[in-house]
Amino acid sequence: MNGIHDMGGMQDMGPIQYEKSEPVFHARWESRVFAMFIATGAWRKWNIDAFRHTREVLPPADYLRVSYYEQWFSGLLELLVRKGLVTTAEIEGGVPAPGAARATPPLTADKIPAALANRIHANRDVQVPPRFKVGQQVRARNINPVGHTRLPRYARGKFGTINREHGVFVFPDTNAHFLGEKPQHVYSVRFAARELWGAQAAERDSVYIDLWDDYLEPA
Amino acid sequence: MTPDLNHAHQHEREHQAVPSDPALRVKALESLLVEKGLVDRAALDALVDAYEHKIGPRNGARVVARAWIDPAYKTRLLADAINSMAEFGYISGQGDRMVVVENTPSVHNLIVCTLCSCYPWPVLGLPPVWYKSAPYRSRAVIDPRGVLREFGLELAEDVEVRVWDSTAELRYLVLPERPIGTERLSEEELAALVTRDAMVGVAKVVLPPSEGNYERHT
Repeated sequence: MNGIHDMGGMQDMGPIQYEKSEPVFHARWESRVFAMFIATGAWRKWNIDAFRHTREVLPPADYLRVSYYEQWFSGLLELLVRKGLVTTAEIEGGVPAPGAARATPPLTADKIPAALANRIHANRDVQVPPRFKVGQQVRARNINPVGHTRLPRYARGKFGTINREHGVFVFPDTNAHFLGEKPQHVYSVRFAARELWGAQAAERDSVYIDLWDDYLEPA
Repeated sequence: MTPDLNHAHQHEREHQAVPSDPALRVKALESLLVEKGLVDRAALDALVDAYEHKIGPRNGARVVARAWIDPAYKTRLLADAINSMAEFGYISGQGDRMVVVENTPSVHNLIVCTLCSCYPWPVLGLPPVWYKSAPYRSRAVIDPRGVLREFGLELAEDVEVRVWDSTAELRYLVLPERPIGTERLSEEELAALVTRDAMVGVAKVVLPPSEGNYERHT
């Protein structure tokens, strides 16, 4: 989706607001949103791509206006309802529906250390032939899907070189919409800064972007 | 675009809305989730505690200091970051996929996530607000030298800048250059010099003035 979240290469977004000695969370509610998101993720009802997409579909003006953890909260509510863990009526009322069964949380405090070192990851141990090899010239496809994608607009149609091969990973464009994992190879692709931005860029500078087989075509 | 995707997308549009008054609404949601048995309140406390007090840039700093003093470790780290970080217990072979990129006098690396906020949690903790914000995400790829200048880092023209846009499930960490004059420092003292910003690539590791004096006098 060509949304506001895909902002690589935009200009005039203002100065970088650096905060010295920044706290991890700026308010208690931020930390609770963060923790609830991790803990409800243990139900395995959704995936990280689906979560990212809930933020991407926020109205653009809201996306820029609200804080990061407000985006998370909005995405969390959306997934909880869509996946049937809670109902809209329960969220509005603040209490479980009458007669609702009580579940047993899959993530308990004792499991946290192991859970954090073994976070759910997206690489898959399956044999899929790679379409490209290190050193090969490629072109990022010019695609404009209206769903989730991790091919940034600024790279589309641009020529690059396969720098390294990362292995096989789930494909965000389908996974985000619960349409299957479609595992395929991911590569670090080197794009010369001048290929992306023209003569204003420094001659030897470059941008490395991690891209899936389906985003690339031979150059 | 497939009909399925189209449908899924419309469905997502129906629900999204940014809630007002987050503090109250978050509290209400937590009560609801606890009451329904969907989350364990002690687990929420433990998660917050972990990211507020245990998982942060000190982890990454220890990895960097080890790489500075142990060439064999550095070689392993650059070739296989996951298992090299696992030696510290920060991550397991089943954890996040990590890549370490090395700064040298002729190459400067910078990490960004233009599409969202991907960041190497196990070694840096949760990202600061500026890293997740529009000004950094938008300009890091098109004007990395300008961004670095804003952080007070002026790179020479002949230094090659490599920007790493974290678009997939790979997480990047910059191995900064070891500052000159630190030959006598212990691994622990070196780790204390390494900052979060240096491991994202928006700063270099520098000796604080007092440390520099100490070096010169010994």
